[in-house]
Amino acid sequence: MKNSFIIEMRKVGKAFAKATGEPLPALSDITLSLREGEILGLLGRSGSGKSTLLRVAAGLIAPTSGEVLYRGKPLDGPTEGIAVVFQSFALFPWLTVLENVEAGLDAVGLAHDEARRRAMSAIDLIGLDGFQSAYPRELSGGMRQRVGFARAIVIQPILLLMDEPFSALDVLTAETLRTDFLDLWIEHQLPTKSVLLVTHNIEEAVMMCDRILVLASNPGRIAAEIPVSLPHPRNRLDNEFHGIVDEFYSILTARATASIGAQSQIHGGFLQPLPPVQISLLIGFIEVLAAPPYDGYAELARLSGGLALGARDFFPIAEALHLLEFAELKDGAIKLTAAGRVFAQSATDERKRLFNEHLVQFVPLAAHIRHVLNDREGHLAPRVRFESELEDHLNPSDAEKTLRAVIGWGRYAELFTYDDESRTFKLNAADLHKSG
Amino acid sequence: MEQHAEILIGRSWRQRVPSWRDAVATLLVLAVIIVLGSGARQMLSPFVMTRQPAISLSPAVLPAYALRTTMRMLAALVASLLFTFIYATPAAKSRRAEIVLIPLLDVLQSVPVLGYLSFTVVFFVSLFRGTWLGPELAAIFAIFTAQAWNMAFSFYQSLIAIPIDLEEASRSFRFSGWQRFWRLEVPFAMPGLVWNMMMSMSGGWFFVVASEAISVGNIQIALPGIGSYVALAIQQRDLAAVGWAIVAMTITIIIYDQLLFRPLVVWAEKFRFEQTAAQVVPRSWVLNLFRGAGALRILGEPIGQALQSASRARLALPRKPRWLTFGLSRHLADAAWYSFLFAALVYVGWKLVELAAPILSWDDVTIATSNGLLTLLRVVILIALATIVWVPIGVAVGLRPKLAEKVQPVAQFLAAFPANLLYPVAVFLIVKFALAPKIWLSPLMILGTQWYILFNVIAGASAFPSDFREAAASFRIRGWRWWRQVMLPGIFPYYVTGAITASGGAWNASIVSEAVSWGPAKLNGSGLGSYIAQMTDAGDYPRIALGVAVMSVFVIAMNRLLWRPLYAFAQRRARLD
Repeated sequence: MKNSFIIEMRKVGKAFAKATGEPLPALSDITLSLREGEILGLLGRSGSGKSTLLRVAAGLIAPTSGEVLYRGKPLDGPTEGIAVVFQSFALFPWLTVLENVEAGLDAVGLAHDEARRRAMSAIDLIGLDGFQSAYPRELSGGMRQRVGFARAIVIQPILLLMDEPFSALDVLTAETLRTDFLDLWIEHQLPTKSVLLVTHNIEEAVMMCDRILVLASNPGRIAAEIPVSLPHPRNRLDNEFHGIVDEFYSILTARATASIGAQSQIHGGFLQPLPPVQISLLIGFIEVLAAPPYDGYAELARLSGGLALGARDFFPIAEALHLLEFAELKDGAIKLTAAGRVFAQSATDERKRLFNEHLVQFVPLAAHIRHVLNDREGHLAPRVRFESELEDHLNPSDAEKTLRAVIGWGRYAELFTYDDESRTFKLNAADLHKSG
Repeated sequence: MEQHAEILIGRSWRQRVPSWRDAVATLLVLAVIIVLGSGARQMLSPFVMTRQPAISLSPAVLPAYALRTTMRMLAALVASLLFTFIYATPAAKSRRAEIVLIPLLDVLQSVPVLGYLSFTVVFFVSLFRGTWLGPELAAIFAIFTAQAWNMAFSFYQSLIAIPIDLEEASRSFRFSGWQRFWRLEVPFAMPGLVWNMMMSMSGGWFFVVASEAISVGNIQIALPGIGSYVALAIQQRDLAAVGWAIVAMTITIIIYDQLLFRPLVVWAEKFRFEQTAAQVVPRSWVLNLFRGAGALRILGEPIGQALQSASRARLALPRKPRWLTFGLSRHLADAAWYSFLFAALVYVGWKLVELAAPILSWDDVTIATSNGLLTLLRVVILIALATIVWVPIGVAVGLRPKLAEKVQPVAQFLAAFPANLLYPVAVFLIVKFALAPKIWLSPLMILGTQWYILFNVIAGASAFPSDFREAAASFRIRGWRWWRQVMLPGIFPYYVTGAITASGGAWNASIVSEAVSWGPAKLNGSGLGSYIAQMTDAGDYPRIALGVAVMSVFVIAMNRLLWRPLYAFAQRRARLD
């Protein structure tokens, strides 16, 4: 019986080697399969390994465990029939649009005329007619991504892999491109049989995909699988659409709070990866939440639309506030705690004092840094001391983000200061008199 | 469909009828081909050391000599390009190769160019007995060493900086190695490579002039060219002839700049990776000429197509078989490689000592080192002087765009002009006024290289963001505070780049500027350059090698202890982004 799975992954795992040589798992135990005629969405936060997973499917990265089957055969590097669309477009700046699209055909080895004919028809299909001789620097972001699409389509791929293709575009352009793509897909004008879409945007996933996999982080693994059986064309304003979107927000907030809770149990919570959110965003978010129309409570789906912030941007803020106990994430909604309300109404000095208290109480890493500085002679501590502690358990990128967050928050709370030139934490004479 | 595609290719309307542009462009191309052909023919004619044709001092021969000199430059350029591709690519792709190749490049860059000449002359002449190819190759090799290391380093740095998404796109298209090289790696590296090529050629004029009159012990060869012309003029104390040579050189540099440098730089603009348009768009009348010459382009199309298909050919190499890694873990293989390298290094070092020990003594080393310290002192003082003079001027010019536009090409020209053509004038004056050589010969070192500081500072001041200037003005920051807090940090990275080039050039120049002659009179300014020059005259190979080695050590030390930390500091603190 012919295997109708286009791509299949069985217990795929990928680990990168840390500087010390130990393996750092990025993906673990991924099992998924993609059938003909479906768009599969991979939804997850930054660091959930979804881009890595896409590259494993593309053959660009080899998994450290498990196997990947493309049309029944093991995948051994990039193969004919798989095309990738990149988030940053990845166009060659020294080639015109036409030449960029033709570049995909080089490996196929077509005759020059045939290649030209195919490239022109792909450009036509994607709506770039007339721009063949333009260079990428003359084009807007949306046009460049169209070139990226044309380049992928021209090889007539069976599997199309898209790595956050619309996230580098502004909202309007992204919407146009999305609907254009869906139109082509529904009318079977694309030679592609199935699509794997990686995204962090919940609405986009629900709009486009037939099935959505939610990925957890650290290490990346499949946390949930939700089918979306709404008929195309889908309408954002439909109740059913809202319902599904809300369900996703619930899942994601539940995951976020569970993960925060779990991390705080390990090693006294020192190694909690912190979202690197700036103080100004935290304060702004609290103020917006406290003011009408929300008055301290909002459903995340509504809030995202109201603030024109994508989920990628405000989820970290919401998590940070949950961590600091200025707000509580629950069931797809966020609610200010009593401390949060007080914060919203106070003046700067009082805010700093309050923030200082919460930081020391709820972010053990900050308290730890303060204790170390208190105890040491000269009240100095090098950054690497804390960096190496963190890197033992987190990957270097997470460790760097955590340190960045705690430095920003510590400076605002006047808990300690940090000198980037010498890379040391310090206690000023002024800070010494504050709590800590 | 064909016609449709044709009209859309290229950005201007196709000329249906050949125009005057075609005529001019065709003439240019034919002239270049004829000139190259005749030069090549002359190079292969027979050569006997004792019966060389005399160099004439009449100005009428200068165009032909200038042509020969330029041809050597071009030949060296082609060789450097080939070397760059062959050397830098494995260095960028293989970690183990990188460990050897890049430090080696570092050392090679620090060896004074003219130091190679004495040894390569013997090698090439014996290799190509009987034709002029031997000595020509020796001179070309000297120029090659002035260009190749820089270009290889720049190409290597571009290769390791390729953006990851372009790399992934190329891999997902299943480009073969050959396709990847020509479709991704070379185009990406092109802007840096072209700029480096042009900078290197700028510096190259100095060396081609210095290496045409070869005199090592009893090997005396005079290759027809401007360098030999000037060498003969010095011997015969003919100041007028030196003047003619300077004029000829000026014209040559201007022609090459217009016909080669500018068109290439403008053409390389299309490879720039930044997705925004350049601030200052360079222009070239030659490139516009060729772009407008429609009929010529139609003629040239088959060549263009052939090159394109060549770059697109798969030429796939068979994949590395699994068994080749022997299943060794990475660390074991690394350890084996390192021990092999160490053993090779020890062996080479021991052999060198063995060779040198009977001939050289510690005295020689002391003499060379103390001379080196004298030259070091000169370099430091001169760089400091040049800084004090040219930084304020450069800033003043750079902050005025209209003025900068005019001055910048002049500064670049001055940097390219081989200062050794001016040395005879200075020497004549020193002899005439009986000045002390030790002091008055020193400025010659910096004569040609100080311009690097000037034009880099001009570039830095031009690139200084105007809103910083406006902020400083609105807060009324003036005088020394303005310099210290606003301007100097802003131009610091550019200054350091210029100073590194200037100091490297000064070391190189010392070999021809510390010991000079005017007719029968010989002036000795002492110093390491003069030591090397005297040993070269005497044909004392071991001591030449010693002098060159000591100079390399000084240059490497100066690089690592002064310039690299300064540059790293500039990158960290003074970046404006």
